Amino acid sequence: MIFSYAAPQAFYPVAGRMVPWFAWLAAILAAGGLYVGFFVAPTDATQGESYRIIFIHVPAAWMSMFLYLVMAGWAALGLILNTRLSGMMASAIAPTGAMFTFLALWTGSLWGKPTWGTYWVWDARLTSELVLLFLYLGFIALKAAIPDPQRADRAGAVLALLGAVNVPIIYFSVVWWSTLHQGASVSLTRSPTMAATMLTGMVLMALAAWMYSIAVTLLRLRAIIRSREGDAEWIRISAGK
Amino acid sequence: MAHAFLLLVRRDLRIALRRRGDVLNVLVFFLVAASLFALGVGPSPELLRAMGAGVVWVAALLAAMLSLPRMFAADLAEGTLEQMLIAPQPLGVLVAAKIASHWLLTGLPLALVAPLIGLQYQLPADALAVLLAGLLIGTPVLSVLGAAGAALTLGARGASVLLGLLLLPLYVPVLVFGAGAVLAAQSGIDAGAQLALLGAFLAVSCVVGPLAACAALKIALD
Amino acid sequence: MLETRELSCERGGARLFAGLRFALGAGALLRVRGPNGSGKTSLLRILAGLTRPAEGEVLWRGRPLDEDTRREMVFIGHASALSDDLTVLENVEFILELNGGKADRSEIKIALETFALERVAHMPARFLSQGQRRRAALARLALATEVPLWLLDEPFAALDGEAIEQLSALATAHLAAGGLLVLTSHQEVPIAAPATDTLVLQG
Repeated sequence: MIFSYAAPQAFYPVAGRMVPWFAWLAAILAAGGLYVGFFVAPTDATQGESYRIIFIHVPAAWMSMFLYLVMAGWAALGLILNTRLSGMMASAIAPTGAMFTFLALWTGSLWGKPTWGTYWVWDARLTSELVLLFLYLGFIALKAAIPDPQRADRAGAVLALLGAVNVPIIYFSVVWWSTLHQGASVSLTRSPTMAATMLTGMVLMALAAWMYSIAVTLLRLRAIIRSREGDAEWIRISAGK
Repeated sequence: MAHAFLLLVRRDLRIALRRRGDVLNVLVFFLVAASLFALGVGPSPELLRAMGAGVVWVAALLAAMLSLPRMFAADLAEGTLEQMLIAPQPLGVLVAAKIASHWLLTGLPLALVAPLIGLQYQLPADALAVLLAGLLIGTPVLSVLGAAGAALTLGARGASVLLGLLLLPLYVPVLVFGAGAVLAAQSGIDAGAQLALLGAFLAVSCVVGPLAACAALKIALD
Repeated sequence: MLETRELSCERGGARLFAGLRFALGAGALLRVRGPNGSGKTSLLRILAGLTRPAEGEVLWRGRPLDEDTRREMVFIGHASALSDDLTVLENVEFILELNGGKADRSEIKIALETFALERVAHMPARFLSQGQRRRAALARLALATEVPLWLLDEPFAALDGEAIEQLSALATAHLAAGGLLVLTSHQEVPIAAPATDTLVLQG
């Protein structure tokens, strides 16, 4: 039954109907998470109020890594099953993944300023996020550079899988590098003692980010389907669904 | 299988011998790039000694990457690449041969020349030995992963710059462990662990890289 | 021996052909005709196993294409597969060995003579004229008599009269010995063969 939705034409209206649900879920979860993060969670002893940016920074970092794996998963599916939709899904996820990576870097930078006086800190997490950003940008750039969409999907899939296999190794090497050079003193990963409320807030925000990602990915997927199947009759008929 | 491997390596080496410029270009770029860093930060010996490991490794990475587009692009243009894909040989063996000739013509010369640059950066003798050893283990990784990158960007617009964007994140572990090994040697610590990690990464990439390269070649010639 | 089932091909988003079905036996010659862009080269590349068809399959001796079946096939496309820095002799030698053959130099020299290349045998391929390049690409056919399936893309293009004669002679002998030949061509094909089919792709 699932495979009957494997054709872009069949999935297009389904995706359209799903978007509002995930958008609302995202909004509600985000409201809850921000409330917990900014009003319920206690002030940190050492960092004061500025630590609250962790409620965006950490979920963004989680999502950036999670989305890369999901993207690689869709890519693998596309290579194995040779379905057009899988390649489009990977293309749809990539910009959102890159956005969360950038958000993690930016919030990390904003956190660094009041805490250590500098806008950039070469700690393990920020540095791995930076490398992850390069992996996302490389994927997007490769797809953009290959004219034929089917070929672009397949080449991108190979790249995504190559990256996915290497990500643990890269992360390990960056962590190793970071401890070698700086010791554990300057590290955003050494977060303030985690009160239960803080964890709740971060989890709520992570779930919100996840719902948001699904909503945005489905929207982007519809746009990709429209642009690729452009002249097909069914597009003209279903415009508006 | 070994016959096909040697056949292709011999052919590539023969061609390279008749176009001597290519190998020399890579080495000259290596020397120039490494010198640029010194020109950029000044000749203070302490600073150079601290930077040396990183500079040599980064310059070697960039120089190796410079020659990667040539791995398949010429064969593609001539039509030899499609003959390789339909030859009754395992594609993996042919890709391994391309990787081997690339390393012999790029990685190996870089590794052998690197100690000279290390001297420019005031590195002591035992650090130079670790530099050489690390590059001998690390440059094959550059060729293996580079093959996957070169195959993926075949026929893509702006291939050489794109290649850099794709490969440099994947090269991070090589850089970290390779340069880290030299720094350890400079501090008097045993560099064995880093070199071992480098070797492990080589082993992993020798499995993953050729697989990706074969898949990418079939996609590129579809 | 060569069979296709429900073969369809898509390139650049456009469907070039669909539902293509044919079967060729020993001694058969199939000529593929059609306007530019109609998919002639794509069909040949699908038969060679380079391109995956959008639908359908190709069977050789009843089996799908794999490494073993490629041993029984010669594909010569538009590109001449010559390395500019190697001599003509070295180029032909390489292609033959790549495909599992082991021809000695005297045999290769005879093949080069067939296509009037003996005088440029030791010249790097970059100095050849277009016609000479095409002849150098075809020279391997003189030594491919054991290979049953020949797939040739516009083999007569850029050839002079004498070379056309030589190629026809080789092809006729190949077919008489039970080989198969599939080629694309704009012009009429000067090969005498008992079982000739023409496939016209509309594009």
